[in-house]
Amino acid sequence: MRAARTSVWAAFSDRLLQGLGLLVLALALAALGALLVDVLVDGAGRLSWQFLTSYPSRRPELSGILPALVGTIFVVGLTAVIAVPLGVGAAVYLEEYGTQSRLARLVEINIANLAGVPSIIYGLLGLGLFVRMMAMGRSVLAGAATLALLVLPVVILSTREALRAVPKSLREGSYALGATRWQTIWRQVLPSALPGILTGLILALSRAIGETAPLITIGALTYVPFLPADIWSPFTALPIQIFNWVSRPQAGFTEAAAAGILVLLALLLATNATAILIRDRLQKRRNA
Amino acid sequence: MTSQTPSLPSLRSLATDAGRRATGGRPIQIEVTGLNFYYGQKQALADITIAMRANVVTAFIGPSGCGKSTFLRALNRMNDIIPGTRVEGQVRIAGQDIYAPGTDVVALRRRVGMVFQKSNPFPKSIFENVAYGLRVNALTGSRAEMAARVEESLIAAALWDEVKDRLHESALALSGGQQQRLCIARALAIRPEILLMDEPASALDPIATQRIEELIYQLKERYTIVIVTHNMQQAARVSDDTAFFWLGTLVEFGPTDRLFTAPREKLTEDYVTGRFG
Repeated sequence: MRAARTSVWAAFSDRLLQGLGLLVLALALAALGALLVDVLVDGAGRLSWQFLTSYPSRRPELSGILPALVGTIFVVGLTAVIAVPLGVGAAVYLEEYGTQSRLARLVEINIANLAGVPSIIYGLLGLGLFVRMMAMGRSVLAGAATLALLVLPVVILSTREALRAVPKSLREGSYALGATRWQTIWRQVLPSALPGILTGLILALSRAIGETAPLITIGALTYVPFLPADIWSPFTALPIQIFNWVSRPQAGFTEAAAAGILVLLALLLATNATAILIRDRLQKRRNA
Repeated sequence: MTSQTPSLPSLRSLATDAGRRATGGRPIQIEVTGLNFYYGQKQALADITIAMRANVVTAFIGPSGCGKSTFLRALNRMNDIIPGTRVEGQVRIAGQDIYAPGTDVVALRRRVGMVFQKSNPFPKSIFENVAYGLRVNALTGSRAEMAARVEESLIAAALWDEVKDRLHESALALSGGQQQRLCIARALAIRPEILLMDEPASALDPIATQRIEELIYQLKERYTIVIVTHNMQQAARVSDDTAFFWLGTLVEFGPTDRLFTAPREKLTEDYVTGRFG
Protein backbone atom coordinates (compact mmCIF):
# COMPACT_ATOMS: atom_id res chain seq x y z
CA MET A 1 0.00 0.00 0.00
CA ARG A 2 2.69 2.37 1.11
CA ALA A 3 4.93 1.32 -1.75
CA ALA A 4 2.19 2.08 -4.24
CA ARG A 5 1.67 5.56 -2.83
CA THR A 6 5.41 6.26 -3.03
CA SER A 7 5.52 5.27 -6.67
CA VAL A 8 2.52 7.43 -7.49
CA TRP A 9 4.24 10.34 -5.80
CA ALA A 10 7.49 9.56 -7.61
CA ALA A 11 5.73 9.52 -10.95
CA PHE A 12 3.92 12.74 -10.13
CA SER A 13 7.06 14.59 -9.02
CA ASP A 14 8.85 13.34 -12.09
CA ARG A 15 6.14 14.83 -14.28
CA LEU A 16 6.09 18.00 -12.22
CA LEU A 17 9.81 18.55 -12.74
CA GLN A 18 9.52 17.81 -16.43
CA GLY A 19 6.67 20.31 -16.70
CA LEU A 20 8.59 22.95 -14.77
CA GLY A 21 11.62 22.48 -16.97
CA LEU A 22 9.51 22.86 -20.07
CA LEU A 23 7.91 26.01 -18.64
CA VAL A 24 11.27 27.62 -17.90
CA LEU A 25 12.51 26.79 -21.37
CA ALA A 26 9.32 28.17 -22.92
CA LEU A 27 9.66 31.40 -20.92
CA ALA A 28 13.22 31.92 -22.06
CA LEU A 29 12.32 31.20 -25.67
CA ALA A 30 9.23 33.41 -25.44
CA ALA A 31 11.29 36.34 -24.22
CA LEU A 32 13.74 35.83 -27.07
CA GLY A 33 10.89 35.38 -29.54
CA ALA A 34 9.13 38.52 -28.33
CA LEU A 35 12.30 40.54 -28.79
CA LEU A 36 12.81 39.15 -32.25
CA VAL A 37 9.18 39.78 -33.26
CA ASP A 38 9.36 43.32 -31.90
CA VAL A 39 12.53 44.01 -33.86
CA LEU A 40 11.09 42.40 -36.97
CA VAL A 41 7.87 44.44 -36.77
CA ASP A 42 9.82 47.67 -36.36
CA GLY A 43 12.69 46.98 -38.68
CA ALA A 44 11.63 44.60 -41.44
CA GLY A 45 10.02 47.44 -43.40
CA ARG A 46 13.29 49.36 -43.44
CA LEU A 47 15.42 46.45 -44.61
CA SER A 48 16.32 46.94 -48.24
CA TRP A 49 19.28 47.03 -50.54
CA GLN A 50 19.18 50.79 -50.21
CA PHE A 51 19.49 50.48 -46.40
CA LEU A 52 22.50 48.20 -46.72
CA THR A 53 24.30 50.40 -49.25
CA SER A 54 23.60 53.89 -47.90
CA TYR A 55 25.48 56.15 -45.56
CA PRO A 56 23.86 57.57 -42.43
CA SER A 57 21.81 60.72 -42.95
CA ARG A 58 19.96 63.43 -41.06
CA ARG A 59 16.78 62.12 -42.62
CA PRO A 60 15.87 58.70 -41.21
CA GLU A 61 14.28 57.35 -44.40
CA LEU A 62 17.49 57.95 -46.34
CA SER A 63 20.00 56.72 -43.79
CA GLY A 64 21.74 53.39 -44.20
CA ILE A 65 24.09 51.02 -42.46
CA LEU A 66 26.95 50.63 -44.96
CA PRO A 67 29.85 52.25 -43.04
CA ALA A 68 28.90 50.46 -39.83
CA LEU A 69 28.59 47.09 -41.57
CA VAL A 70 31.93 47.49 -43.36
CA GLY A 71 33.47 48.87 -40.16
CA THR A 72 32.36 45.87 -38.11
CA ILE A 73 33.59 43.36 -40.69
CA PHE A 74 36.91 45.21 -40.95
CA VAL A 75 37.43 45.57 -37.19
CA VAL A 76 36.36 42.04 -36.28
CA GLY A 77 38.41 40.58 -39.13
CA LEU A 78 41.47 42.41 -37.88
CA THR A 79 40.63 41.35 -34.31
CA ALA A 80 40.80 37.75 -35.46
CA VAL A 81 44.11 38.37 -37.22
CA ILE A 82 45.56 39.74 -33.97
CA ALA A 83 43.89 37.48 -31.42
CA VAL A 84 44.21 34.09 -33.14
CA PRO A 85 48.00 33.79 -33.37
CA LEU A 86 48.50 35.40 -29.94
CA GLY A 87 45.81 33.36 -28.24
CA VAL A 88 46.64 30.02 -29.83
CA GLY A 89 50.36 30.63 -29.30
CA ALA A 90 49.85 31.45 -25.63
CA ALA A 91 47.63 28.41 -25.15
CA VAL A 92 50.16 26.10 -26.83
CA TYR A 93 52.89 27.45 -24.60
CA LEU A 94 50.86 27.10 -21.41
CA GLU A 95 49.52 23.67 -22.27
CA GLU A 96 52.48 22.03 -23.97
CA TYR A 97 55.54 23.70 -22.51
CA GLY A 98 54.95 25.59 -19.31
CA THR A 99 52.38 23.72 -17.24
CA GLN A 100 54.82 22.83 -14.50
CA SER A 101 56.18 26.22 -13.52
CA ARG A 102 54.73 28.44 -10.82
CA LEU A 103 54.71 31.36 -13.24
CA ALA A 104 52.55 29.39 -15.66
CA ARG A 105 50.06 28.65 -12.91
CA LEU A 106 49.93 32.32 -11.95
CA VAL A 107 49.38 33.29 -15.58
CA GLU A 108 46.67 30.64 -15.82
CA ILE A 109 44.69 32.02 -12.87
CA ASN A 110 45.01 35.55 -14.21
CA ILE A 111 43.76 34.57 -17.64
CA ALA A 112 40.69 32.98 -16.11
CA ASN A 113 40.09 36.21 -14.19
CA LEU A 114 40.65 38.38 -17.25
CA ALA A 115 37.88 36.50 -19.06
CA GLY A 116 35.47 37.94 -16.50
CA VAL A 117 36.61 41.57 -16.58
CA PRO A 118 33.89 43.99 -17.84
CA SER A 119 34.48 45.08 -21.40
CA ILE A 120 34.52 48.78 -20.56
CA ILE A 121 37.74 48.21 -18.63
CA TYR A 122 39.32 46.90 -21.84
CA GLY A 123 37.98 50.02 -23.53
CA LEU A 124 39.79 52.22 -21.02
CA LEU A 125 42.96 50.19 -21.45
CA GLY A 126 42.66 50.51 -25.23
CA LEU A 127 42.13 54.25 -24.94
CA GLY A 128 45.20 54.68 -22.76
CA LEU A 129 47.48 52.17 -24.45
CA PHE A 130 46.60 52.06 -28.14
CA VAL A 131 44.85 55.37 -28.86
CA ARG A 132 47.06 57.65 -26.75
CA MET A 133 50.38 56.01 -25.86
CA MET A 134 50.90 54.15 -29.12
CA ALA A 135 49.26 57.01 -30.99
CA MET A 136 47.04 54.84 -33.13
CA GLY A 137 44.23 57.37 -32.82
CA ARG A 138 40.60 56.33 -33.15
CA SER A 139 41.54 53.93 -35.90
CA VAL A 140 40.35 50.52 -37.04
CA LEU A 141 43.64 49.18 -35.70
CA ALA A 142 43.07 50.63 -32.22
CA GLY A 143 39.55 49.18 -32.18
CA ALA A 144 40.73 45.77 -33.34
CA ALA A 145 43.61 45.72 -30.86
CA THR A 146 41.22 46.57 -28.02
CA LEU A 147 38.73 43.89 -29.04
CA ALA A 148 41.61 41.44 -29.45
CA LEU A 149 42.61 42.04 -25.83
CA LEU A 150 39.01 41.50 -24.83
CA VAL A 151 38.63 38.14 -26.56
CA LEU A 152 42.16 36.89 -25.91
CA PRO A 153 41.35 35.18 -22.58
CA VAL A 154 38.42 33.35 -24.14
CA VAL A 155 40.58 32.24 -27.09
CA ILE A 156 43.34 31.03 -24.76
CA LEU A 157 41.02 29.15 -22.42
CA SER A 158 39.08 27.40 -25.17
CA THR A 159 42.25 26.55 -27.10
CA ARG A 160 43.79 24.98 -23.99
CA GLU A 161 40.62 22.99 -23.51
CA ALA A 162 40.85 21.75 -27.09
CA LEU A 163 44.55 20.86 -26.73
CA ARG A 164 43.85 18.96 -23.53
CA ALA A 165 41.21 16.88 -25.31
CA VAL A 166 43.77 15.50 -27.81
CA PRO A 167 44.33 11.86 -26.84
CA LYS A 168 47.64 11.07 -25.18
CA SER A 169 48.13 8.11 -27.51
CA LEU A 170 48.48 10.48 -30.47
CA ARG A 171 51.32 12.39 -28.83
CA GLU A 172 53.02 9.17 -27.72
CA GLY A 173 52.74 7.72 -31.22
CA SER A 174 54.43 10.78 -32.62
CA TYR A 175 57.21 10.94 -30.01
CA ALA A 176 57.90 7.23 -30.41
CA LEU A 177 58.67 7.81 -34.09
CA GLY A 178 61.39 10.28 -33.27
CA ALA A 179 59.36 13.46 -33.67
CA THR A 180 60.40 16.50 -31.70
CA ARG A 181 58.00 18.27 -29.40
CA TRP A 182 57.35 21.00 -31.94
CA GLN A 183 56.78 18.49 -34.76
CA THR A 184 54.34 16.64 -32.54
CA ILE A 185 52.45 19.83 -31.73
CA TRP A 186 52.44 21.14 -35.28
CA ARG A 187 51.69 17.92 -37.16
CA GLN A 188 49.49 16.02 -34.69
CA VAL A 189 48.20 18.01 -31.75
CA LEU A 190 47.13 21.24 -33.45
CA PRO A 191 45.35 19.56 -36.41
CA SER A 192 43.50 17.31 -33.96
CA ALA A 193 42.54 20.24 -31.77
CA LEU A 194 41.55 22.49 -34.67
CA PRO A 195 37.77 21.86 -34.56
CA GLY A 196 37.75 22.63 -30.85
CA ILE A 197 39.92 25.70 -31.32
CA LEU A 198 37.58 26.95 -34.05
CA THR A 199 34.58 26.52 -31.74
CA GLY A 200 36.28 28.78 -29.21
CA LEU A 201 37.08 31.32 -31.89
CA ILE A 202 33.46 31.40 -33.04
CA LEU A 203 32.34 32.23 -29.51
CA ALA A 204 35.06 34.81 -29.04
CA LEU A 205 34.44 36.62 -32.32
CA SER A 206 30.68 36.53 -31.82
CA ARG A 207 31.30 38.41 -28.63
CA ALA A 208 33.55 40.89 -30.42
CA ILE A 209 30.89 41.58 -33.07
CA GLY A 210 28.38 42.63 -30.43
CA GLU A 211 30.69 44.71 -28.26
CA THR A 212 29.84 48.41 -27.99
CA ALA A 213 31.29 49.75 -24.77
CA PRO A 214 35.01 49.38 -25.49
CA LEU A 215 34.62 50.84 -28.96
CA ILE A 216 32.74 53.87 -27.65
CA THR A 217 35.40 54.27 -24.96
CA ILE A 218 38.25 54.38 -27.44
CA GLY A 219 36.29 56.95 -29.40
CA ALA A 220 34.88 55.14 -32.41
CA LEU A 221 32.80 57.65 -34.37
CA THR A 222 29.02 57.62 -34.37
CA TYR A 223 28.53 59.45 -37.63
CA VAL A 224 30.74 58.22 -40.47
CA PRO A 225 29.89 59.25 -44.01
CA PHE A 226 32.76 57.26 -45.55
CA LEU A 227 34.22 53.75 -45.56
CA PRO A 228 37.40 52.90 -43.66
CA ALA A 229 40.17 52.91 -46.24
CA ASP A 230 42.91 51.21 -44.23
CA ILE A 231 43.73 50.19 -40.68
CA TRP A 232 44.47 53.83 -39.77
CA SER A 233 41.02 55.12 -40.77
CA PRO A 234 38.43 56.19 -38.23
CA PHE A 235 35.46 53.83 -38.23
CA THR A 236 32.14 52.98 -36.75
CA ALA A 237 30.59 49.61 -36.00
CA LEU A 238 27.09 48.14 -36.08
CA PRO A 239 26.35 48.28 -32.34
CA ILE A 240 27.51 51.89 -32.20
CA GLN A 241 25.35 52.89 -35.14
CA ILE A 242 22.37 51.13 -33.58
CA PHE A 243 23.03 52.81 -30.24
CA ASN A 244 23.20 56.17 -31.99
CA TRP A 245 19.91 55.68 -33.82
CA VAL A 246 18.07 54.41 -30.76
CA SER A 247 18.96 57.57 -28.89
CA ARG A 248 17.37 59.85 -31.54
CA PRO A 249 13.83 61.09 -30.91
CA GLN A 250 12.40 60.57 -34.43
CA ALA A 251 10.36 57.41 -34.99
CA GLY A 252 12.13 56.83 -38.29
CA PHE A 253 15.44 56.30 -36.51
CA THR A 254 13.90 53.73 -34.18
CA GLU A 255 12.94 51.77 -37.29
CA ALA A 256 16.44 52.17 -38.67
CA ALA A 257 17.85 50.91 -35.37
CA ALA A 258 15.60 47.85 -35.52
CA ALA A 259 16.72 47.19 -39.08
CA GLY A 260 20.33 47.59 -37.94
CA ILE A 261 19.76 45.00 -35.22
CA LEU A 262 18.48 42.59 -37.88
CA VAL A 263 21.61 43.18 -39.95
CA LEU A 264 23.78 42.59 -36.89
CA LEU A 265 21.95 39.34 -36.10
CA ALA A 266 22.27 38.19 -39.69
CA LEU A 267 26.01 38.91 -39.67
CA LEU A 268 26.40 37.02 -36.43
CA LEU A 269 24.52 34.01 -37.77
CA ALA A 270 26.47 34.09 -41.03
CA THR A 271 29.80 34.17 -39.18
CA ASN A 272 28.82 31.30 -36.92
CA ALA A 273 27.40 29.26 -39.78
CA THR A 274 30.59 29.67 -41.81
CA ALA A 275 32.79 28.71 -38.89
CA ILE A 276 30.67 25.68 -38.04
CA LEU A 277 30.73 24.62 -41.68
CA ILE A 278 34.51 24.85 -41.81
CA ARG A 279 34.78 22.96 -38.54
CA ASP A 280 32.53 20.13 -39.67
CA ARG A 281 34.41 19.79 -42.94
CA LEU A 282 37.70 19.56 -41.08
CA GLN A 283 36.29 16.96 -38.74
CA LYS A 284 34.90 14.90 -41.57
CA ARG A 285 38.14 15.01 -43.50
CA ARG A 286 40.08 13.75 -40.51
CA ASN A 287 37.66 10.96 -39.70
CA ALA A 288 36.81 9.90 -43.24
CA MET B 1 74.35 6.08 -9.27
CA THR B 2 72.42 4.17 -6.68
CA SER B 3 73.57 1.88 -3.95
CA GLN B 4 73.25 -1.59 -5.28
CA THR B 5 71.91 -4.24 -3.00
CA PRO B 6 73.14 -7.72 -3.81
CA SER B 7 69.65 -9.07 -4.32
CA LEU B 8 70.16 -10.68 -7.70
CA PRO B 9 73.83 -11.56 -7.92
CA SER B 10 73.52 -13.93 -10.84
CA LEU B 11 71.93 -11.26 -13.01
CA ARG B 12 74.35 -8.60 -11.89
CA SER B 13 77.35 -10.62 -13.01
CA LEU B 14 75.54 -11.36 -16.23
CA ALA B 15 74.95 -7.68 -16.85
CA THR B 16 78.48 -6.61 -16.16
CA ASP B 17 79.80 -9.27 -18.45
CA ALA B 18 79.83 -6.75 -21.26
CA GLY B 19 80.51 -9.12 -24.12
CA ARG B 20 78.55 -12.25 -24.72
CA ARG B 21 76.17 -14.43 -22.91
CA ALA B 22 76.58 -18.13 -22.67
CA THR B 23 73.34 -19.01 -24.46
CA GLY B 24 73.39 -18.52 -28.20
CA GLY B 25 76.44 -16.28 -28.19
CA ARG B 26 74.48 -13.22 -29.21
CA PRO B 27 75.86 -9.86 -28.07
CA ILE B 28 74.12 -7.90 -25.35
CA GLN B 29 72.22 -4.97 -26.81
CA ILE B 30 70.35 -3.51 -23.86
CA GLU B 31 72.08 -3.47 -20.54
CA VAL B 32 70.30 -2.04 -17.52
CA THR B 33 72.06 -1.54 -14.21
CA GLY B 34 70.43 -0.59 -10.91
CA LEU B 35 67.44 1.16 -12.42
CA ASN B 36 65.05 2.90 -10.03
CA PHE B 37 62.00 4.70 -11.30
CA TYR B 38 59.64 7.06 -9.50
CA TYR B 39 56.26 8.61 -10.32
CA GLY B 40 56.54 11.59 -7.97
CA GLN B 41 57.11 10.06 -4.54
CA LYS B 42 55.95 6.61 -5.53
CA GLN B 43 58.66 4.17 -6.53
CA ALA B 44 57.53 2.04 -9.47
CA LEU B 45 60.75 0.15 -10.22
CA ALA B 46 63.43 -0.88 -7.76
CA ASP B 47 66.99 -1.78 -8.64
CA ILE B 48 66.37 -3.46 -11.98
CA THR B 49 69.44 -5.05 -13.50
CA ILE B 50 69.10 -7.02 -16.70
CA ALA B 51 70.91 -7.61 -19.97
CA MET B 52 68.97 -8.28 -23.15
CA ARG B 53 70.46 -9.95 -26.19
CA ALA B 54 70.42 -8.66 -29.73
CA ASN B 55 68.08 -10.25 -32.27
CA VAL B 56 66.10 -12.22 -29.78
CA VAL B 57 62.63 -11.65 -28.37
CA THR B 58 62.64 -10.81 -24.68
CA ALA B 59 59.26 -10.97 -22.95
CA PHE B 60 58.32 -9.12 -19.77
CA ILE B 61 55.62 -10.88 -17.78
CA GLY B 62 54.00 -10.18 -14.45
CA PRO B 63 50.70 -9.13 -12.89
CA SER B 64 49.11 -5.74 -13.63
CA GLY B 65 50.92 -2.86 -11.98
CA CYS B 66 54.17 -4.79 -11.56
CA GLY B 67 56.12 -2.17 -13.49
CA LYS B 68 56.73 -4.10 -16.72
CA SER B 69 55.23 -1.40 -18.94
CA THR B 70 56.99 1.34 -17.01
CA PHE B 71 60.27 -0.50 -17.50
CA LEU B 72 59.62 -0.93 -21.21
CA ARG B 73 58.93 2.78 -21.54
CA ALA B 74 62.14 3.55 -19.69
CA LEU B 75 64.07 1.93 -22.55
CA ASN B 76 63.21 4.67 -25.05
CA ARG B 77 62.59 7.40 -22.47
CA MET B 78 58.88 7.59 -23.22
CA ASN B 79 58.34 8.26 -19.52
CA ASP B 80 60.03 11.62 -20.04
CA ILE B 81 56.77 13.07 -21.32
CA ILE B 82 54.95 12.21 -18.08
CA PRO B 83 55.47 15.07 -15.65
CA GLY B 84 56.97 14.30 -12.26
CA THR B 85 58.87 11.12 -13.17
CA ARG B 86 62.43 10.43 -12.11
CA VAL B 87 65.00 7.80 -13.12
CA GLU B 88 68.13 6.56 -11.37
CA GLY B 89 70.59 4.03 -12.68
CA GLN B 90 71.91 3.21 -16.11
CA VAL B 91 70.37 1.98 -19.33
CA ARG B 92 73.00 1.21 -21.93
CA ILE B 93 71.93 0.58 -25.47
CA ALA B 94 74.79 -0.61 -27.66
CA GLY B 95 77.09 0.57 -24.90
CA GLN B 96 75.69 4.10 -24.68
CA ASP B 97 73.96 5.34 -21.51
CA ILE B 98 70.67 6.76 -22.74
CA TYR B 99 70.11 8.72 -19.52
CA ALA B 100 73.50 10.43 -19.70
CA PRO B 101 73.21 14.23 -19.77
CA GLY B 102 73.12 15.58 -23.30
CA THR B 103 71.55 12.46 -24.79
CA ASP B 104 69.54 13.23 -27.92
CA VAL B 105 66.17 11.73 -26.96
CA VAL B 106 64.76 12.18 -30.46
CA ALA B 107 67.68 10.22 -31.95
CA LEU B 108 67.24 7.58 -29.26
CA ARG B 109 63.59 7.05 -30.13
CA ARG B 110 64.56 6.73 -33.77
CA ARG B 111 66.80 3.79 -32.77
CA VAL B 112 64.32 2.32 -30.29
CA GLY B 113 60.88 2.09 -31.85
CA MET B 114 57.68 1.43 -29.95
CA VAL B 115 54.29 -0.16 -30.52
CA PHE B 116 51.58 0.56 -27.99
CA GLN B 117 48.92 -1.53 -26.32
CA LYS B 118 46.08 0.27 -28.03
CA SER B 119 46.76 0.81 -31.70
CA ASN B 120 47.10 4.54 -32.23
CA PRO B 121 47.19 5.32 -35.94
CA PHE B 122 47.24 9.00 -36.76
CA PRO B 123 44.02 10.35 -38.27
CA LYS B 124 45.69 10.42 -41.68
CA SER B 125 45.92 8.10 -44.65
CA ILE B 126 47.61 4.71 -44.43
CA PHE B 127 50.50 6.03 -46.50
CA GLU B 128 50.93 9.13 -44.36
CA ASN B 129 50.97 7.06 -41.18
CA VAL B 130 53.95 5.06 -42.38
CA ALA B 131 55.60 8.10 -43.95
CA TYR B 132 55.29 10.17 -40.76
CA GLY B 133 58.52 8.96 -39.14
CA LEU B 134 60.34 9.40 -42.45
CA ARG B 135 59.05 12.93 -42.79
CA VAL B 136 59.75 14.16 -39.27
CA ASN B 137 63.26 12.72 -39.38
CA ALA B 138 63.84 13.75 -43.01
CA LEU B 139 65.06 10.23 -43.77
CA THR B 140 64.18 10.05 -47.44
CA GLY B 141 65.30 12.33 -50.23
CA SER B 142 62.72 11.82 -52.96
CA ARG B 143 59.08 10.90 -53.25
CA ALA B 144 59.98 7.67 -54.96
CA GLU B 145 62.35 6.75 -52.18
CA MET B 146 59.66 7.47 -49.62
CA ALA B 147 57.08 5.42 -51.48
CA ALA B 148 59.54 2.53 -51.67
CA ARG B 149 60.25 2.75 -47.98
CA VAL B 150 56.54 2.82 -47.13
CA GLU B 151 55.93 -0.24 -49.29
CA GLU B 152 58.90 -2.07 -47.77
CA SER B 153 57.64 -1.33 -44.26
CA LEU B 154 54.09 -2.44 -45.01
CA ILE B 155 55.44 -5.66 -46.52
CA ALA B 156 57.60 -6.24 -43.45
CA ALA B 157 54.55 -5.76 -41.23
CA ALA B 158 52.54 -8.24 -43.35
CA LEU B 159 49.98 -5.59 -44.23
CA TRP B 160 50.89 -4.66 -47.82
CA ASP B 161 48.60 -7.08 -49.63
CA GLU B 162 45.60 -5.90 -47.64
CA VAL B 163 46.13 -2.17 -48.15
CA LYS B 164 48.11 -1.70 -51.37
CA ASP B 165 45.01 -0.57 -53.29
CA ARG B 166 43.89 1.93 -50.69
CA LEU B 167 47.06 3.54 -49.41
CA HIS B 168 45.48 6.96 -49.48
CA GLU B 169 42.39 6.06 -47.52
CA SER B 170 42.10 6.84 -43.84
CA ALA B 171 43.97 4.55 -41.48
CA LEU B 172 41.03 4.73 -39.09
CA ALA B 173 38.96 2.62 -41.49
CA LEU B 174 41.22 -0.41 -40.91
CA SER B 175 40.31 -3.21 -38.51
CA GLY B 176 41.90 -3.38 -35.07
CA GLY B 177 44.45 -5.98 -36.10
CA GLN B 178 45.30 -4.11 -39.28
CA GLN B 179 45.70 -0.88 -37.32
CA GLN B 180 48.16 -2.56 -34.98
CA ARG B 181 50.16 -3.95 -37.92
CA LEU B 182 50.09 -0.45 -39.41
CA CYS B 183 51.60 0.85 -36.17
CA ILE B 184 54.30 -1.80 -36.47
CA ALA B 185 54.94 -0.81 -40.10
CA ARG B 186 55.14 2.81 -39.00
CA ALA B 187 57.73 1.91 -36.38
CA LEU B 188 59.73 -0.22 -38.85
CA ALA B 189 59.82 2.53 -41.48
CA ILE B 190 62.47 4.48 -39.62
CA ARG B 191 64.60 1.32 -39.34
CA PRO B 192 65.09 1.09 -35.60
CA GLU B 193 67.52 -1.34 -34.00
CA ILE B 194 65.15 -2.26 -31.22
CA LEU B 195 61.38 -2.62 -31.22
CA LEU B 196 59.51 -2.26 -27.95
CA MET B 197 56.00 -3.69 -27.88
CA ASP B 198 53.65 -2.93 -25.02
CA GLU B 199 51.00 -5.68 -24.99
CA PRO B 200 50.58 -5.30 -28.75
CA ALA B 201 47.88 -7.94 -29.06
CA SER B 202 45.89 -7.46 -25.88
CA ALA B 203 43.03 -5.69 -27.65
CA LEU B 204 42.89 -8.10 -30.60
CA ASP B 205 40.94 -11.24 -31.41
CA PRO B 206 42.77 -14.61 -31.54
CA ILE B 207 43.30 -14.57 -35.31
CA ALA B 208 44.70 -11.04 -35.34
CA THR B 209 46.83 -11.98 -32.32
CA GLN B 210 48.24 -14.95 -34.18
CA ARG B 211 49.22 -12.76 -37.10
CA ILE B 212 51.03 -10.36 -34.79
CA GLU B 213 52.87 -13.25 -33.15
CA GLU B 214 53.95 -14.67 -36.50
CA LEU B 215 55.13 -11.20 -37.41
CA ILE B 216 57.19 -10.91 -34.22
CA TYR B 217 58.81 -14.23 -35.06
CA GLN B 218 59.83 -12.94 -38.50
CA LEU B 219 60.97 -9.56 -37.24
CA LYS B 220 63.54 -10.85 -34.78
CA GLU B 221 65.78 -11.71 -37.71
CA ARG B 222 66.45 -8.03 -38.08
CA TYR B 223 65.42 -6.42 -34.82
CA THR B 224 65.88 -6.83 -31.13
CA ILE B 225 62.38 -7.14 -29.73
CA VAL B 226 61.16 -6.53 -26.23
CA ILE B 227 57.52 -7.37 -25.62
CA VAL B 228 55.35 -6.81 -22.58
CA THR B 229 52.53 -9.28 -22.21
CA HIS B 230 50.29 -10.51 -19.45
CA ASN B 231 49.44 -13.53 -21.53
CA MET B 232 51.87 -16.23 -20.45
CA GLN B 233 51.10 -18.53 -23.38
CA GLN B 234 52.03 -15.65 -25.65
CA ALA B 235 55.32 -15.12 -23.81
CA ALA B 236 56.04 -18.83 -24.11
CA ARG B 237 55.18 -18.86 -27.83
CA VAL B 238 57.04 -15.80 -29.05
CA SER B 239 59.97 -15.14 -26.75
CA ASP B 240 63.47 -16.53 -26.34
CA ASP B 241 64.11 -14.91 -22.96
CA THR B 242 61.58 -14.00 -20.30
CA ALA B 243 61.76 -11.61 -17.37
CA PHE B 244 59.25 -11.92 -14.55
CA PHE B 245 58.39 -8.69 -12.71
CA TRP B 246 56.61 -8.44 -9.40
CA LEU B 247 55.83 -5.27 -7.43
CA GLY B 248 58.41 -3.21 -9.28
CA THR B 249 61.23 -5.70 -8.95
CA LEU B 250 62.75 -8.14 -11.40
CA VAL B 251 62.25 -11.54 -9.79
CA GLU B 252 63.74 -13.82 -12.39
CA PHE B 253 65.20 -13.60 -15.85
CA GLY B 254 66.32 -16.40 -18.11
CA PRO B 255 65.66 -18.43 -21.25
CA THR B 256 61.92 -18.73 -21.72
CA ASP B 257 61.70 -22.53 -21.74
CA ARG B 258 63.82 -22.78 -18.63
CA LEU B 259 61.82 -20.08 -16.82
CA PHE B 260 58.53 -21.77 -17.60
CA THR B 261 59.61 -25.35 -16.97
CA ALA B 262 62.13 -24.97 -14.15
CA PRO B 263 61.73 -21.61 -12.44
CA ARG B 264 64.33 -20.92 -9.78
CA GLU B 265 62.19 -18.63 -7.67
CA LYS B 266 59.08 -19.76 -5.80
CA LEU B 267 57.28 -16.55 -6.85
CA THR B 268 57.94 -17.23 -10.52
CA GLU B 269 56.71 -20.75 -10.21
CA ASP B 270 53.50 -19.61 -8.52
CA TYR B 271 52.91 -17.07 -11.24
CA VAL B 272 53.64 -19.21 -14.30
CA THR B 273 51.56 -22.05 -12.92
CA GLY B 274 48.68 -19.64 -12.46
CA ARG B 275 48.53 -19.67 -8.69
CA PHE B 276 48.20 -15.88 -8.65
CA GLY B 277 48.09 -12.95 -11.03
